[in-house]
Amino acid sequence: MSALLRHRLFWPGVVLAGLLLLNVLMTRNFLAIEIKDGHLYGSLVDIARFGAPLILVALGMTLVIATGGIDLSVGSVVAIAGALACLRIGDLNDQNSVGGVLAAVGISLGLAVLLGGWNGFLVAGAGIQPIIATLILMVAGRGLAQLISDGQIITINSGPYKLIGGGYWLTLPFGIIVVLVVLALTAFLTRRLALGLLIEAVGGNAEASRLSGIRARGLLVTVYAFCGLCAGIAGLMISSNVSSADGNNAGLWIELDAILAVVIGGTSLAGGRFSLGGTVLGALIIQTLTTTIYSIGVPPETTLLFKALVVTVVCLLQSPAFRAKVFHRRRRPSASSTASEGKVKVPA
Amino acid sequence: MRKRISTLLLAGATAIALAGCGSGGGSDTAGVAGVAEDGKITMGFSQVGAESGWRTANTKSVQGAAKDAGIELKFSDAQQKQENQIKAIRSYIQQKVDVIAFSPVVESGWDTVLKEAKNAKIPVVLTDRAVDSADTTLYKTFLGSDFVEEGRKAGKWLVEQRKDDAGPVNIVELQGTTGSAPANDRKAGFAEVIAADPKFKIIASQTGDFTRAKGKEVMEAFLKSNPDIDLLFAHNDDMGLGAIEAIEGAGKTPGKDIEIITVDAVKDGMQALADGKINYIVECSPLLGPQLMDLAKKVVKGEQVPARVVTEETTFTPEQAKEVLSTRQY
Repeated sequence: MSALLRHRLFWPGVVLAGLLLLNVLMTRNFLAIEIKDGHLYGSLVDIARFGAPLILVALGMTLVIATGGIDLSVGSVVAIAGALACLRIGDLNDQNSVGGVLAAVGISLGLAVLLGGWNGFLVAGAGIQPIIATLILMVAGRGLAQLISDGQIITINSGPYKLIGGGYWLTLPFGIIVVLVVLALTAFLTRRLALGLLIEAVGGNAEASRLSGIRARGLLVTVYAFCGLCAGIAGLMISSNVSSADGNNAGLWIELDAILAVVIGGTSLAGGRFSLGGTVLGALIIQTLTTTIYSIGVPPETTLLFKALVVTVVCLLQSPAFRAKVFHRRRRPSASSTASEGKVKVPA
Repeated sequence: MRKRISTLLLAGATAIALAGCGSGGGSDTAGVAGVAEDGKITMGFSQVGAESGWRTANTKSVQGAAKDAGIELKFSDAQQKQENQIKAIRSYIQQKVDVIAFSPVVESGWDTVLKEAKNAKIPVVLTDRAVDSADTTLYKTFLGSDFVEEGRKAGKWLVEQRKDDAGPVNIVELQGTTGSAPANDRKAGFAEVIAADPKFKIIASQTGDFTRAKGKEVMEAFLKSNPDIDLLFAHNDDMGLGAIEAIEGAGKTPGKDIEIITVDAVKDGMQALADGKINYIVECSPLLGPQLMDLAKKVVKGEQVPARVVTEETTFTPEQAKEVLSTRQY
């Protein structure tokens, strides 16, 4: 029991469970999942489906933050990738040709990797602080997205493209499959190979890691490029879901949600430590929160306040200092601390 | 090297300052807003952004009309941020333009910057969206659609359609950006008309930020939490188009199982209306450029203009949509 309580994902897990419970109480059949038109259908599927882009962006962000950096430009990369893909597909003679769509997707993702690599170059090569280096692309990128789309919303009608963010494969939303694949690959590369250790070493102490023979520069560029790639895929999903590219609004503020997801998941902003599972959990909390607001009918005027309250609760619960203060006081009447360990769950 | 760069910058700044003087003419000497010797009016226009096809058509109309009217247009895109718009207006004041026109992103918080414009004796024309400032002398006139009336038109059609229906009619609403005038007013106008009959019930109402992506996401949630939805009222076409995808994803037929009313009448929306996926669209015309230029000329000359000018608009049923679809400009 106490081992479970001490697990760093325990409190975020409690919050996610609490949000889901709130939904179940307010909406009947919230947890129900049925098969409709040959694919899974239900609120939980929605949360995973709409959460997919955020999970992807947050995964890339996790590795960047693990190196002690931050990437503010992901929202712009989301917009650029979506705009470029839709522009290319819109120019096709046959928008349903698989080859043409694949080419468009390839070019967009290539550009996303390039933009991420550019961030990495500014950080590792030019020695600019990550928050400033990526701020450049955050601001300029949205302009670039509008330049690509000519300030318009590009509407397309392409079956193959629609699959990425709005389609289904083997009854599962395709976006979720993409997330699972990227997650599995990332987990394998960072946790089964030495890459994760190297990233944490660079994040912990860049100079010490360099002296011990780690090629920090190449590693940083790779990590930022990976973050760009994740944002690019997310951008394709978001634009594919509504068959249109909106240079202005696609991925707006997603960098903040992604950073929040990473932090909720227990990754330190100082670098040197990261948790992929925690990030996924954090992103799911944020998306569940959004869905909860729609489902239980929080008035739009108070939506932001409601979100802020929940996030504050999550952060406070995550803080060992806060927990020690609050729960210690309540515990004091009972004599032994080990006996009351189980009761700690109650106030949550 | 550094010295050369600073010289270049200085030269650039001087050029900008000169350009500002050139267009502003005698505005700082004369009491009334000045027109340059050649009679050319300079207008500073701050647009909300390019969030929808509607907005783009509005931008094109303003730019085209300015060209036709021989008015020099300084255009800036606020990208949906009030602080950008305030910055743009301040820069127009510094450049001493003859008239400032803008579509406010949100209704409140404009008093300070509008007072600055008033002190600089630059007349301000609001287009498309109003501000809630108590001091109406801060701007000359407000040209735009009557959003409350648009909401009422949507409500009237619904009441007429369902007059023989015993009810209840369960309605969900996709609101525009929270705090924006079209969202507040369309909601109010619609609610006012349907309040007459208790069989009409708004069972859920959330903001979809006027975007397709949000419209789809919110509608998905509505469909799950409310099994019996009869009608959707979306504050613009784009959110309605997103919602159509959500409704289709839920295995229902938009336009039949769930009827849809939207506002705007952009081309994609009209196409959906003609296809029977939307049942009724209340027009909100963005083509106010020519009217704006007329008003601008009048206020610069110091002529009296009405405090409120409404753009001419209509409504569309699927049949009417099929007729006009091919000639739709936006």
